[in-house]
Amino acid sequence: MRILIKNGHLIDPINKIDAIMDILIENSKISQVAKEINSKADKVIDAKGKFVAPGLIDMHVHLREPGREDKETIATGTLAALKGGITTVLAMPNTSPAIDSSENVRMVENIIKKTANANVLICAAITKGRLGEELTDAAKLKKAGVVALTDDGSSVADEKLLLGAFKQAKKEKMLLICHSEDKKISGNGVINLGAVSTRLGLRGIPRESEHATVKRDIELARQAKSAVHIAHVSCAESVKIIAEAKKKGAAVTAETAPHYFSLHEEGLFDYDTNLKMNPPLRTESDIAAIKEGLKKGIIDAIASDHAPHTENEKDIEFDRAEFGVIGLETELAVSITELVQTGILSWAQLIEKLSVNPARILGVDRGNLKAGSTADLIIFSGDQEWVVKKEELISKSKNSPFLNRKLEGVIEYTLLGGKIVYEGNV
Amino acid sequence: MIWTRKDLLGLEELTREEIEFILSTAESFKEVSTRDIKKVPALRGKTVVNLFYEPSTRTRVSFEVAAKRLSADVINIATETSSVKKGETLIDTGMNIQALKADIIVMRHNYSGAAVMLARHVDISVVNAGDGWHEHPTQALLDMFTLKEKLGRIEGLNVTIVGDIAHSRVARSNIWGLTKLGAKVTVCAPKILIPVGIDKMGVFVTDDIDAALTKADAVNVLRMQFERDDGNVFPQQLEYFKKFGITKDRLLKAKKNIIVMHPGPLNRGIEISSEVADGQNSVILEQVTNGIAVRMAVLFLVAQARDSKNANTN
Repeated sequence: MRILIKNGHLIDPINKIDAIMDILIENSKISQVAKEINSKADKVIDAKGKFVAPGLIDMHVHLREPGREDKETIATGTLAALKGGITTVLAMPNTSPAIDSSENVRMVENIIKKTANANVLICAAITKGRLGEELTDAAKLKKAGVVALTDDGSSVADEKLLLGAFKQAKKEKMLLICHSEDKKISGNGVINLGAVSTRLGLRGIPRESEHATVKRDIELARQAKSAVHIAHVSCAESVKIIAEAKKKGAAVTAETAPHYFSLHEEGLFDYDTNLKMNPPLRTESDIAAIKEGLKKGIIDAIASDHAPHTENEKDIEFDRAEFGVIGLETELAVSITELVQTGILSWAQLIEKLSVNPARILGVDRGNLKAGSTADLIIFSGDQEWVVKKEELISKSKNSPFLNRKLEGVIEYTLLGGKIVYEGNV
Repeated sequence: MIWTRKDLLGLEELTREEIEFILSTAESFKEVSTRDIKKVPALRGKTVVNLFYEPSTRTRVSFEVAAKRLSADVINIATETSSVKKGETLIDTGMNIQALKADIIVMRHNYSGAAVMLARHVDISVVNAGDGWHEHPTQALLDMFTLKEKLGRIEGLNVTIVGDIAHSRVARSNIWGLTKLGAKVTVCAPKILIPVGIDKMGVFVTDDIDAALTKADAVNVLRMQFERDDGNVFPQQLEYFKKFGITKDRLLKAKKNIIVMHPGPLNRGIEISSEVADGQNSVILEQVTNGIAVRMAVLFLVAQARDSKNANTN
């Protein structure tokens, strides 16, 4: 099978390509990239006026399987990913049971093999049962194919234990991803602590809960001489702490989620539970700091923190509703709308945040369009407008904070290993 | 003006004109309670459901009396005896009440925002009788009604609210209502009970009660809700009384005719001394009487708004 994509604007930051190019795909690989390719192909796609980029890599996705197949499955989550131009996801281990042993990794791998519609990388837990009490066996997990470790959803509160985890991760050359939150500080809070929580009469989550723990996690990684990746950065202080650590040469990387650079706590005025997530939406100045952090390269990646929940768990009193929002299908468009169309990031920088950097951080051979690479790629229009409609979401859960929002940027094709796996309304 | 809101969820969303309109409507209803036959037919044939997720006697009874004086049929649902205990969601409960063809749900709920959520899901009227720490609009309206009755105006008054501001829906609704009507509001509490950013609601903040009382035309004394303590944040009760309790000695340094209000129930000797509660500055029992008039006005207006809305769509 040969697919020829002609006249597209190729964005391939690793190979420093940002120009109109043709690209030929043979079977599962990219076989040629050139100004003009005229070889015969089974399918020719005219990508004039569109962008062609490496498939996106979302390093923070809750697929919920096994255990909560009513919220999402590996099948539905990866299908939603393809619609969003995401060809590779890192699946979070807070499933039921938690992915904390090589047996559980094998179980998930089996489901992936049978049902996944995109590449699924497995992230395992740092501690058994994610209870923060006893470390998992990183060596065995690595052997089973796990690429990173996290207790996401919780922090490892015990510093000694986390230091041990960093040492193990260092030894096994595995990435440790930190959900940085001090539960003693955040307590029963449900939104950002401040004037808005006061006005709404909701318990607040102090910002210290996040940034004090980011600081601690970076320090422990330094002591263990290990790398650390900070998940879902939401506040200005965290950006500053990460910037300072990077300046000192620390092996720290960080991600933020689209809602942290596009949505504001003021949006909570009518208690919309689709705006309830952890960490919570913050203020105008935090949004500005996150954008600045992305621009300056302090924040390396954009990841959705796709967290599906059923309507039964969301359509209830705000205090009782689950934390978390879905994001696979809107990630690219929100990023284009808020970051590229506003001049904060170039198209190349956007693809770095959404593909190149996550690939590098996770150590996977993706995120580039060089001849010989696996043909995971996307074709998208950069300025086509669309409105997020609940009934059009593919994800099993509909808890999007962007419902009824007008966004720019539409995926037209997603190719996975040289096959067209998603075709938009072209 | 013509009242168009089918719900009363809070005072934050109301305009000054709307608040004044409720208060003037309440004035005309107040007289009803002084008659031999305390009843008007305004809501005859309407059904009001009191849906209370939190124990409350005074607010529930006040709404019940108000509805009955308007000739409405009243159903009381307390969560202890309802299917809520069996796990029914708030929306399902609301839809069921709507299916019974009730006209107004008066709801008290322990979670902030519950009334806002319910109103989004039902077409019948929702009146917020207190949601979490968020709002208690009819309490603030009756406080303002009482102030206006006593002092002739709200504009330009200095009103001090003292007590657990952090956890008080009464404080929030009073702040919105009073500031919209042009009063100067001071909130006074131990620092730990002053929530972050309360000043952004347009109030002065202090933890010095004597300073807060000097200029005050009225003081609204909040109930110290020790039962809500969800940490060790509350000062000892006696210590609180010493530092913040409204006593006769404190009032000696205030304006002679200062109005003393309290939403009840009273914790005598904790936030207010008996001498003050029963003294000549106190309007606490008048507040209870005025509560009926204000709630009659609110029930009447939301029912009317829904009737005219339905008439327009038919």
